[in-house]
Amino acid sequence: MSDLHSPASTGTAGKATDEAPVLATAGADAPSAPAETRRSFLPQSTLLRHLLVLAASAVLAVALLELSSPYQNSQLATLTYYAIAAGGLTVLTGMNGQISLGHGALMAAGAYTTALFLDAEEPLPLPLILVVAVVVATAIGALVGVAAARLHGPYLAGATLALAVGLPGLAIYFHDIFGGEQGLRVRAPRAPEAFGSFIEAVSGNSASNTKWLAYVGTICLLITYFFLANLVRSRIGRTWRAVRDQEVAAELAGINLGAWRVLAFVVSAAAAGLAGGVLAIVVRLAAPSGFTLVLSLALLTAIVIGGLGSLLGALLGSALLVFLPPFVTDLGGDLGLDQTEAAQLAPFVYGVVLIVAMIFAPAGFVGTIRLRWMTAKAKRASARAAGANGG
Amino acid sequence: MPTSRLEMTGINVAFGGVLALTDVSLTVEPGQVHGLIGPNGAGKTTLFNVACGLVRPTSGRISWRGQEMRRLRPSQLTKLGIARTLQGVGLFPGMTVLENVMVGAHRHARAGFLSALLALPTSDKDDRQLRERAMRALTELGAEQYAGRYPGSLPYPVQKRVALARALVAEPDLLLLDEPASGLAEDEMHELGELIRSVVGRMSVLLVEHHMDLVMRVCDQITVLDSGKQIAAGTPAEVQADPAVTEAYLGDAVDPGADAAELTHADGGRTHG
Repeated sequence: MSDLHSPASTGTAGKATDEAPVLATAGADAPSAPAETRRSFLPQSTLLRHLLVLAASAVLAVALLELSSPYQNSQLATLTYYAIAAGGLTVLTGMNGQISLGHGALMAAGAYTTALFLDAEEPLPLPLILVVAVVVATAIGALVGVAAARLHGPYLAGATLALAVGLPGLAIYFHDIFGGEQGLRVRAPRAPEAFGSFIEAVSGNSASNTKWLAYVGTICLLITYFFLANLVRSRIGRTWRAVRDQEVAAELAGINLGAWRVLAFVVSAAAAGLAGGVLAIVVRLAAPSGFTLVLSLALLTAIVIGGLGSLLGALLGSALLVFLPPFVTDLGGDLGLDQTEAAQLAPFVYGVVLIVAMIFAPAGFVGTIRLRWMTAKAKRASARAAGANGG
Repeated sequence: MPTSRLEMTGINVAFGGVLALTDVSLTVEPGQVHGLIGPNGAGKTTLFNVACGLVRPTSGRISWRGQEMRRLRPSQLTKLGIARTLQGVGLFPGMTVLENVMVGAHRHARAGFLSALLALPTSDKDDRQLRERAMRALTELGAEQYAGRYPGSLPYPVQKRVALARALVAEPDLLLLDEPASGLAEDEMHELGELIRSVVGRMSVLLVEHHMDLVMRVCDQITVLDSGKQIAAGTPAEVQADPAVTEAYLGDAVDPGADAAELTHADGGRTHG
């Protein structure tokens, strides 16, 4: 056993794949604790580090919103609610290993709550309404989570599928409150005066209501990802992954599997609720047709393509979801297809992208790049070791 | 502090109509290494699973520190000061070695959900402490240089050390080891024996093992099972001298050929995990 103390001499170390997790699906999640303390220009404190990233992302987001057209602004607003929900889902599915086909329904809970509260004579301030939307979705998520904690794989998919199909049905059944098939029109909140002067000062653009909603979405997105990143990088995220990887071993380490599964579901539902709230004000409508199974499936494909368990992956996957179809449709138009044909091209290309991603990059964008990077690093390390031995 | 004594009295376990254990009793005294041996299918692992709540006995009594444990759940074990390793290794494949061991220190975590959500300094501090604990455990087992690696890429003996570190980092009063020597070479087994003796000052150990020489060397007390029944108990010398044991299990253990057969058997055990 003594030879194990010097890995460089055994020849087992430094293999190209040694540094990478064997599970392709875990390729996208970064470790919660560094093995060695590296010199880094980033602060040691998680809070400061994440606030720094948050600030940088905020600057980037403002630049992006101000340099893009009003149409692109509305696309970005769409992106924000997809990304918020996908971020929550990637924590549930990627980090904790629970699949959910019901996140569209949880978004509906947030959207309807927001719509109802905005419809009041004297509506509450928007942040407060969004908080209520989160609370409602969280409560539903907790109920579903308790049921889900005992289920696995296809059974869990089935149970959450029932949620996806059933919950929007309630809106039709109680049509006096929820407006039936037509749904509820949402009175989009007006931008405060300060917003106009802020935009004026930053770019001189006109502060349209579309722009305001895109900013609301962006702020919600940044806050959500800040919180989720904190959780992912902490003991909480580590415990979730332990439950995902090896149930028995996790239990023997003192982890109550059920409680931690419910916690993951609740966190994920909270994000879905906020996403629903943002969707309601951006789309200005909360209707059953907006929360079909397709929405839930779109979220799942987004996190898989982006890289399960990675927030950046969830964001990139959502971006693909939002920007790919119009891009393909335009491309089809340029290639001389008529409008209907061009519109039909989008889902086809999306499907092809999905299949290609599954075959060639099962770890998703972020996972694949991270695995490549780790492999390259290991290769360099072994080359160095070989050089040192030779010289 | 109540004495850390594990007492299992009159344990019966039936799977359907099959009796896996019949009236088995066993006591692990504080600071002792207790070996549990027997031929394949004797019910060793079943008794082990009873001790940690994975299998609920049909009848019988388990008490730990003088208190009866009625509805024992596996997730309560570490809080009670009991840690266990799994046959095979059962490491978390998607997490680094360091993280694996840090999960084992779950019981020592103090910072809660809210401080993690807000990334408060208490959460960072708590995590640093868990990390230090984990590194200490890895260093004790000579596996600290693998901290940043993923378990799947490591040789099997190293994985076993990491699994052991994950159990030790909880700082238990009772350590349950399920076939810790399976898949190890002779000298590695020797080191394992020394390691087990070295932790006895801090905790008692219940050991299920195939390798006779290891069991005879490290155990203070041995219980022998055969077909779900206890056929002998006592010190290694007493057990070795017991004719019932010789008949049921040891056979011609003095013959070096039998030892070799044991070894090949243990290598076959690798695939269990």
